[in-house]
Amino acid sequence: MAGLQGVAFTGLGLRLYYLSVVESEKYKLRADRNRISVRLIAPERGEIYDRNGEILATNVQDLRVLLVPEQTEDVGPTLAKVQSIVDLSDRRLSQIERRIKRQRKFVPVTLAQGLDWETFSRVNVQIPELPGIQTDAGLSRLYPGGNAIAHLVGYMASPDEDDIYKSPLYQLPGFKIGRQGLERRYEDLLRGGSGTRRVEVNAVGREIRELPPREEATRGNNLQLTLDMKLQQFVMRQLGEEAAGAVVMDLQDGDVLALASSPGYDPNEFSRGISNTNWQALLKDPRTPLLNKSVTGMYPPGSTIKMIIALAALEQGIIKSESEFYCNGRHRLGNNTFHCWRRQGHGKLNLVDAIAKSCDVYFYKIAEQMDIDDIAEMARRFGLGEIFNVGVDGEKEGLVPDREWKQVIQNQRWQLGETLNVAIGQGAMLATPLQLAVMTARLASTRKITPRLVANEALPTDSYFEPMDINPFHLQTVCQAMEKVMEQGGTAFDLRRPKSAAKLAGKTGTAQVRRISIAERQQEGGVVDNKDLPWQARDHALFVGYAPAENPKIAVSVIVQHGGGGSSVAAPLARSIIDEALKLYEQPTVTASVDEASS
Amino acid sequence: MSVSSSMFASRRVQQTVLQRIIGQNWGIVLAMVMLASAGFAMLYSVAGGTWEPWAAQQMIRFSVALVLMLAIAVIDIRYWVAAAYPAWFLGVLLLILVEVNGATGMGGQRWLDIGFMRLQPSELTKIATIMALARYYHGRNHTQSRSLRSLFVPIILLVIPFVLVVRQPDLGTSLMIIAGGVAVIFLAGAPAWLFAISGIGIAAAIPIGWQFMRPYQQDRVLTFLNPEADPLGAGYQITQSKIALGSGGMTGKGFMEGTQSHLNFLPEMKTDFIFTVLVEEFGLVGAGIVLALYAIVLMYGLLMGIGCRNQFGRLLASGLSISLFLYVLINVGMVMGLMPVVGVPLPLISYGGSAMLTWMIAYGLILSVATHRHMTIAPKGSGII
Repeated sequence: MAGLQGVAFTGLGLRLYYLSVVESEKYKLRADRNRISVRLIAPERGEIYDRNGEILATNVQDLRVLLVPEQTEDVGPTLAKVQSIVDLSDRRLSQIERRIKRQRKFVPVTLAQGLDWETFSRVNVQIPELPGIQTDAGLSRLYPGGNAIAHLVGYMASPDEDDIYKSPLYQLPGFKIGRQGLERRYEDLLRGGSGTRRVEVNAVGREIRELPPREEATRGNNLQLTLDMKLQQFVMRQLGEEAAGAVVMDLQDGDVLALASSPGYDPNEFSRGISNTNWQALLKDPRTPLLNKSVTGMYPPGSTIKMIIALAALEQGIIKSESEFYCNGRHRLGNNTFHCWRRQGHGKLNLVDAIAKSCDVYFYKIAEQMDIDDIAEMARRFGLGEIFNVGVDGEKEGLVPDREWKQVIQNQRWQLGETLNVAIGQGAMLATPLQLAVMTARLASTRKITPRLVANEALPTDSYFEPMDINPFHLQTVCQAMEKVMEQGGTAFDLRRPKSAAKLAGKTGTAQVRRISIAERQQEGGVVDNKDLPWQARDHALFVGYAPAENPKIAVSVIVQHGGGGSSVAAPLARSIIDEALKLYEQPTVTASVDEASS
Repeated sequence: MSVSSSMFASRRVQQTVLQRIIGQNWGIVLAMVMLASAGFAMLYSVAGGTWEPWAAQQMIRFSVALVLMLAIAVIDIRYWVAAAYPAWFLGVLLLILVEVNGATGMGGQRWLDIGFMRLQPSELTKIATIMALARYYHGRNHTQSRSLRSLFVPIILLVIPFVLVVRQPDLGTSLMIIAGGVAVIFLAGAPAWLFAISGIGIAAAIPIGWQFMRPYQQDRVLTFLNPEADPLGAGYQITQSKIALGSGGMTGKGFMEGTQSHLNFLPEMKTDFIFTVLVEEFGLVGAGIVLALYAIVLMYGLLMGIGCRNQFGRLLASGLSISLFLYVLINVGMVMGLMPVVGVPLPLISYGGSAMLTWMIAYGLILSVATHRHMTIAPKGSGII
């Protein structure tokens, strides 16, 4: 009996020896794996600045309460307890419950955010009685510029549930990624690198203490834009409640000084989690606030295309700058009659006057002798149909129609009548405000300017743009015509400038949205006045221009959707925007650099 | 281990109570105090460095139990002979009482509340059964003990408490009752082949017994056979325990430094898995000391049994020693993953009164045997009552 006992004790001893000496290393490792948990530290996101260092996107401390459904046996009582501390509306509560059902159980659900310190501490004190509840003093994104820059910066949102495995960072509570705009495009640059810290946890995963060493997160890079926030805000105020887009470009280095789209929306609302009501309102607004009209909106360029048509004709030798045609208000081609906007016609006029007065018949007549492919080629040289990748979402290439396009898309031959329509900026041709601004910039500077919005990007340091390969005399003729647009007899003369203001050169455009039928033309009273039409059927008002005329520094394009006439609506807007933009050059630092570009 | 015979009065004359107290083997008592102290230290550690709520109460319990043990030790062994059968009947009666209580809607209850502590009748029965068996074989000569007919009463004495405890359900304790009882029968001289046959019979009965086991009991056996199969479920306890034992290494992580225990990875730290806490913090060295102390105390009990001149004392001391030994073996084996998790505490060290009381009462009886080992007792009775 005693022997048996001895054997048994020896057995126990041997077993213990085996565990704690022979296999000790293995078990030490497993004990560490039990207690040490490596946790990620979310990096601080880089900020976004305008050209003057004004903050467009920054991070603010955000006190949050989160729930990890997996860590609580019963969500209901936990939520009820939280509700007694934090004010949660019933609507929010049902929202939370829906999320809990939809998401996987380990994904934290944000219960409340933007808490004050007092409430936050009250939750922290109660935490031992709140299974599954975590608090987080993290950072959230703030856009001080609000709706003036919503279309550019975009906004942040939680990663999609399907993406949650793509990066361990995505599983951090409250972690958000850029969902739209520059935030999305420059996600990698802005995000920074995650750090790690080793924490000792107990069996239920609660942190006990941190174990050194800690690897700090690396802050994301800042993003510097070429945008001038003050100008951008001014432009937004000018556009007001209209559905409109406007672009202001610097002519020296292609810097986009303003890239506005109206109406805007508040990106902060998206960061916080937009309510369904507000989201539906944004979606249903006929003025499409979610679309960035300055790069996504595609419009018939209207008469603003006439400089391109003129240049194409001049370069092809179809006309000379002094060539004259007679306008009697209409032009016949086969069985079709093409009308000039001025029913009584312009009489005899040369190219400069044809542009200044925006005579349509003059352009029908030269277009009749032109090949659409030559027009398309010239349009492309001025940036139409091109995507510039300035960094914001939804840049569209527009449409520069040619024979091949017609053949491929419609499987039809190109008709001469279509060339005539293109010549006055109607027909199939479509352009974005950004493209029109680039076009104007290239006309004014005679260089192949490309726009840039992000200043971080690698750029030729001397900002040198190649000259346009176009006869300077032809360019000069067109620019002269654009100056004349603003003078007496020009379509935009009604904007009287004060003596002190810089001289503008520009071109108005009015793009028809509907077809005007022969019957309507012939009926008493003629064409229905634009103001009497429903909003959606009214004409788009366009204006492109540059200033100062004798020493161009900036180019502008303005489009007011269904705004009416280019002269009456778009041109005055452009005038005030240009005046404001030129003020920027009164600052000595900028002026110095602009002088070189004014060749 | 040497037991100094000089410490025992070898005279046949009646000793006074004082003489008997002084005559105890204080070395053995000291070993038990050391074991209990190891328990206090671990309870202090598990509580995060405070005496409350466990260590202090455990010290009070141990003090009371120590006095009780010494009291039992000095009582004339003939009283225990006389008390053997009544104790057994009392134990069985209490078991039935618990059973009836359970039947009247108290749930699977194993204990009776007797005010200052909860009394587990199964624990007392464990001792009483050995006492009764020792009493039965006392006064029977070797030939009588070998006869099959003489097995009838011992089997009755064993089976009744076994069945009652199994029904509680408490498989662990019921098997320990059987094991202790069988040891006594074996020591009494029952033929060896009987045990061989019984062994075969039990092996054959395992599949049948499996059918009668509760699902949680089946789980425990399966988990024991393969703890890694379900590391987060049923095997969690044993896996975490092994990690704690192994990671302690040779000298342990240090007092109050056990990560597995202090971060709550270990289950049932203050009761069933307290040995694990000890090994994690004091390593193989600490474990070796504790096991050695147990071995000394238990060996002493066995030796006292073997050296006893009367049959009752011989069987009682040996039987109880084996029973207590099983207690330790099962607990330590369990936390090392050598046995299924049966929920047996480590006597003297684990928090709780029941196991401590069982141990101290049993050891009191062993010491009583030691005190009276030169006494001869009349075969048919105690000669006192």
